[in-house]
Amino acid sequence: MSIAHDTLFRTLADPTRRAIFERLCRDGEQTVAALTARAGVSQPAVSKHLGLLKQAGLVRDRHQGRQTYYSAQLNALTPLIDWTSDMTRFWEGRFDQLQDLLKRMDQ
Amino acid sequence: MSESATETRSVIVEREFPFPPEKLWRALTQPHLIEEWLMKNDFKPEIGHHFSLRGDWGGVLDCEVLAIELNKELSYTWNFKNDDPLFSLQSVVTFTLTPTRTGTHLRMEQSGFRPDQKQAYGGAHAGWKQFFEKLDQLLARAD
Repeated sequence: MSIAHDTLFRTLADPTRRAIFERLCRDGEQTVAALTARAGVSQPAVSKHLGLLKQAGLVRDRHQGRQTYYSAQLNALTPLIDWTSDMTRFWEGRFDQLQDLLKRMDQ
Repeated sequence: MSESATETRSVIVEREFPFPPEKLWRALTQPHLIEEWLMKNDFKPEIGHHFSLRGDWGGVLDCEVLAIELNKELSYTWNFKNDDPLFSLQSVVTFTLTPTRTGTHLRMEQSGFRPDQKQAYGGAHAGWKQFFEKLDQLLARAD
């Protein structure tokens, strides 16, 4: 596994951190305060998670006035997306259905 | 054709079924049976026949029968059109049936994936929900 993979896996392996990242993916750019309100952990903890997500290239921050806005960087996930293994799982699933069908055809 | 378009990858899935090739052949070539394990379709076992595979997610694949050898081999195109070239797919699916002592070995090879492919079989299948489920599986395997 490459270093890029390793960093992404380690960063996203933490459920709280993954939930924060997921929220940014779904709901778009947000402040630390907005994220804290729904994260179930303290603001310093959320900030720490955001710092690690930023180091992994998964989020970007933008300062505006006294607020810092965070947004998800979806391109960072590209190394994890392997569509050939996705397709392999698709066909494995279809072969399972084929097997069921063949059994039914016997009757 | 650009250089990147010629660098493609394949997906191969193989399995042995405890049934004779003739029976598998029916499941692979009769529309009402194809629908039961793969997708809705208007397939006909004729070289050059154009047909569609309609996925549950609303996507439609454009297909054309390329090769057909009774009880042995079936090959058709599996194309998905999308305005974004990174999401469109031009691939070929080939099923090869080999009789064994106890049944039939079925090999499926799908070729034509480009390294920059963003979606393997098109349509609205991918989404954040699916992506995160997949990520969870990936992470579980990585442990």
